[in-house]
Amino acid sequence: MSNEIIPTQQPTYYEEVQRKGYSRRDFLQFVSMMTAFIGLENTAIGQVAKALETKPRVPVIWLHFQECTCCSESFIRSSHPIVADILLDKISLDYTETLMAASGFQAEEAMQNTMKKYKGEYILCVEGSVPTGADGVYCMIGGKTSLQILEEAAENAKAIIAWGSCASNGCVQSAKPNPTNATPIHKLVKGKPVIKVPGCPPIGEVMAGVIVHLVTFDRIPELDRLGRPKAFYSKRVHDTCYRRPFYDAGLYVESFDDENAKKGYCLYKVGCKGPSTYNACGVMKWNNGTSFPIQSGHGCIGCSEENFWDNGRLYERGSSFAGFGIEANADTFGKVALGVTAAALAGHAVMTNVRKKKLIREVEEEGKQNEQALKS
Amino acid sequence: MKTKYLHVHRLRRVYVWELPVRYYHWLNALAILALIVTGFFIADPLALQSKDEAAMRFTMGWVRLIHFIASYIFFFNFLFRLYWGFVGNKYANWRQFIPTSRKFIKEMWTVFKIDILMLRGKEHISIGHNAMAGFIYFLTFWAFLIQCLTGFGLYASMGTWWLPKLFSWVPAMFGGDIMTRQIHHWAMWFFILFAVIHVYLVFYHDYVEGRGEMSSMGGGWKFIEEDVFQNEEHHTPNKVKQ
Repeated sequence: MSNEIIPTQQPTYYEEVQRKGYSRRDFLQFVSMMTAFIGLENTAIGQVAKALETKPRVPVIWLHFQECTCCSESFIRSSHPIVADILLDKISLDYTETLMAASGFQAEEAMQNTMKKYKGEYILCVEGSVPTGADGVYCMIGGKTSLQILEEAAENAKAIIAWGSCASNGCVQSAKPNPTNATPIHKLVKGKPVIKVPGCPPIGEVMAGVIVHLVTFDRIPELDRLGRPKAFYSKRVHDTCYRRPFYDAGLYVESFDDENAKKGYCLYKVGCKGPSTYNACGVMKWNNGTSFPIQSGHGCIGCSEENFWDNGRLYERGSSFAGFGIEANADTFGKVALGVTAAALAGHAVMTNVRKKKLIREVEEEGKQNEQALKS
Repeated sequence: MKTKYLHVHRLRRVYVWELPVRYYHWLNALAILALIVTGFFIADPLALQSKDEAAMRFTMGWVRLIHFIASYIFFFNFLFRLYWGFVGNKYANWRQFIPTSRKFIKEMWTVFKIDILMLRGKEHISIGHNAMAGFIYFLTFWAFLIQCLTGFGLYASMGTWWLPKLFSWVPAMFGGDIMTRQIHHWAMWFFILFAVIHVYLVFYHDYVEGRGEMSSMGGGWKFIEEDVFQNEEHHTPNKVKQ
């Protein structure tokens, strides 16, 4: 059974755009938007447009493991229709469990074909973490474990994109005690560049921006120390938050639905993780730039940060202190320790006066004698 | 009435803490106090009310500014003290902080016996840092290091100067800012507990020994019994060649 449907010469992105019925204007709009998103100058618009016009579309294999598909959902809802129509529709042609038309053996064969035909050229996108517990039985597709599929697909990939917090840092399913041993991609794949695009989900435009960057410049975008593209993850949500002036002014929401909440004060004291979270939510926003969590009156939960699930409670600044029960945070522990210390010192002071009585009296006597010996 | 004076000690004045050490001590104390107070405010700001518009207020901004200024003072002061550990007198020498000899460990035991268990002992405890104190200060230097690393690590993404940016690897090592700021917050409690015990023990030594422990950080001198001095019974925890 042969399923050789992949043409020898891949069409360019622009050809696909035209075929879908978009106008040149739509295309250029899309290009300008993407150029701005990936943080390039105005003058780079031509470069991006040219790349999308001339370069054949990059073959992509998009794998789904332990995830909820919110990354894919976010991607197809990014603000410009071309993102979904071209970048996703076309790239997903090769292989993606969620959206491909083929199923069963045909689908598996399509993946094998892409891997063979575009050896060393295709981009591997991974959505979801890989469970390595119990020999990987928690997530198996077509009789193979996630790890086997990942290793096979990663071997000849040009670059790997880890979509979302699952693939980047394990997300919720790796929360303690991590029963399936959910593992992020970068810990399993060695010797390949892994671009982490964390977030639960990541912003659709950010995802599109990463792909456009790869297509335009033929290399991976500049990454920070944690492997995230600097263009989107170098600023904290806090730094670009429109409520930041209230933070600096010292005006905070004390509880949800209080007077301060109505005034739109800063959500710092009700647990906003914006000051510790690196993402572009404050600038790009969500759903066609409509809003983002803080604008909707809820603090940032830090979904794009590693271990956000275990690292603190959603509605508090401080977090629980490991090993001392869920109600104890660092300050409760500190206060108890302070109390114990004070009690111990008080005990020590009392004991000093008992045990060192002789010594203290000697020093005192000596002083007193000298005082009396001195003439007034 | 000569017998009356049998117990009277003749004390010898010893210059223990040099001026730079005293400057370091008080600058450090001030910086730590400022850092703890502002740090608590930053972690859990007070619900201050005002009729002013937000644009006219900068409460958190000022508190953070004080925290950052104090952190720079603390950091450079710390570096200076490390330097002084190599060029200062024998009591300031770095060897008095690290238990590297049997002598050092033996004195730690002596201090434990006399000051904590309050047993009687005839041994002489060092006039500078005693061995136990020296070792605890060694631990505080590690705490200083942790606070500098995590603090400047958190500051790295906000700062424009190259110095804080040198610390940007720290949050990356802990997997992000959330964990880093928690470590920063936990470590602060070490400073609070240390300060309480430290101040208590200064009172304790002054009270029990009457050798000018408390004022030594002002004038720099402590006092030692004449016979101890004459018999060369007094030592530092570790030997220093000078």
